Amino acid sequence: MIRLDRLSKRYGALQALDGVSLAVPQGCLYGLLGPNGAGKTTCLRILCTLLAPDAGQVSIAGIDALADPRAAREQLGYVAQEVAIDKILSGRELLELQASLYHLGSVAARRRIDELTELLGMAEWLDRRCGTYSGGMRRRLDLACGLLHSPAVLVLDEPTVGLDIESRAALWQVLQDLRDGGTTVLLSSHYLEEVDALADRLAILDGGRVIAEGTPDDLKRELGGDRVTLRVKEFATPQEAQAAQGVLQQLAGVRQVVINRAQGHAINLVMEGEGAALLERLRQQLDEASVPVFSLAQSRPSLDDVYLQATGRTLMDAELASVSSRDAKAEKKQAMR
Amino acid sequence: MSVAPTTTSAPALQAQGSASAQLLQETLALTKRLFLQLQRRPSTLVAGILQPLIWLVLFGALFANAPAGLIPGEVSYGRFLGAGVIVFTAFSAALNAGLPVMFDREFGFLNRLLVAPLRSRYSIVLASVLYITSLSLVQSVAIMGAASLLGYGWPGGSGLAVVLITLLLLVAAVTALSLGLAFALPGHIELIAVIFVANLPLLFASTALAPISFMPSWLGWLAALNPLTFAIEPIRAAYLGRFSLHAVVLNAPYGALTAGQCLLVLTLLSVGLFLSIRPLLDRKLS
Repeated sequence: MIRLDRLSKRYGALQALDGVSLAVPQGCLYGLLGPNGAGKTTCLRILCTLLAPDAGQVSIAGIDALADPRAAREQLGYVAQEVAIDKILSGRELLELQASLYHLGSVAARRRIDELTELLGMAEWLDRRCGTYSGGMRRRLDLACGLLHSPAVLVLDEPTVGLDIESRAALWQVLQDLRDGGTTVLLSSHYLEEVDALADRLAILDGGRVIAEGTPDDLKRELGGDRVTLRVKEFATPQEAQAAQGVLQQLAGVRQVVINRAQGHAINLVMEGEGAALLERLRQQLDEASVPVFSLAQSRPSLDDVYLQATGRTLMDAELASVSSRDAKAEKKQAMR
Repeated sequence: MSVAPTTTSAPALQAQGSASAQLLQETLALTKRLFLQLQRRPSTLVAGILQPLIWLVLFGALFANAPAGLIPGEVSYGRFLGAGVIVFTAFSAALNAGLPVMFDREFGFLNRLLVAPLRSRYSIVLASVLYITSLSLVQSVAIMGAASLLGYGWPGGSGLAVVLITLLLLVAAVTALSLGLAFALPGHIELIAVIFVANLPLLFASTALAPISFMPSWLGWLAALNPLTFAIEPIRAAYLGRFSLHAVVLNAPYGALTAGQCLLVLTLLSVGLFLSIRPLLDRKLS
């Protein structure tokens, strides 16, 4: 339904996209995961015909979006990250404007607005001016704008940033229902759990490249090996953790040992194999080597591990690094016409 | 979000109408938005009438006791001033045409419009032109009414048509300029700065407040090249009931100009400006 082929985009010295290729089948809820600055927004802006790539192809529902952007736009609903709303208009007036921009007849438009009002619970405040809306209300109105013309493809850029847990769960439900109804949904997110829980398939983007692609399960299975987190104390000193690390590296069945400073020097282990017996054996080994154990927890590999494996850093670290290097002014300039 | 997951999978809605009907639909919807904004925030409308009204009253009073024969053709200063202030009203309004577009660029609303399958993206420009033209004409007519109440006259019959046509030509040219700036400049601060700098000097360097015969020769040259002058003089002639396409309305340093020539210059200016901002619009809206 969506096909991106070797997309490249450069902003001055910054290579925002470096040969991104993606294929999203129809009726799929597809996640684009990556830290800020990975190129997610650039990717979606190109897909939505807001931005021309330096190189590459974009096809939506069989339409070449670069050659015939107008036809592609008819297939697309786009919910941008920065919610641009006319504060002077009421939500209903904004939806009516939107309906005219998509050339809906007035009867069809009214019916569809009523439908979405009910679906997204907007009845109470839709006739108030947008300037008075809370963040969650704006987000709902923006989603309604994206859904107004019942597009075949819905694209959402970081739709749950800043939403409370309840609103987020409700949004997930709406997106899943849309997917079940045959709509192709593509969303970007830098929340691992969100993509893990929601997406049928995902691509992990980093530095303008796709570094992993597949279903969440496949990606984790390919990585293989259960994860174990060992805390020698509730808050270990670096020396204590390093001492334990030295011992652990010698143990059979342990593939990799990393000290996680962000978690009070907990020790993250990548094990050979998986299953419940693994933890028992490890506990015994630790006992024999007289390594103190405060807690020991086993888990399946997460998408973060997939990211870690491919980039050598956790998503959280990448996120923190990008926060300090972000240039809000340059980003605004990129978004402005 | 309290959500009843019911009819999410409605059948795809089909766009309706022919290409021209779609163009009309989107242009009207965009224009309606601008008028809704104006209706709920009428301060620009009010200020756009108030400012020229103050000019009219203050300048009219300032020169009320001017000696007879000061203005060529035995016209009282108030009657002379009226045409200038009317043109200034339309000009100031049109100069602001780019502001809504600039705000839409800055706040990302333009992107919302650009992801929609607009039949032509010129509907965005067209809506601005429709809006600003009506706004400036409403303001100009209000000032004409005020001038008439002050005893500065009213153009009868065909004179009114001359006034409106002249204003339309000027508004078209200035709107094109302002829209071009709205896409060329980086932000609304810069746009407002340009508007601020352009506004009054263009008024003073025109024949709005004084005839060319009053001016030092360098200023006379400026006034004779100023587009405002080309709008003021035909309107002034219409007010005095002396309008004819072949009547000389301006004795410029480079020669006499007829009303018809003034209107021709304005027409060429409008067309030229729209043509010259076209590549910019094409690039920004592509």
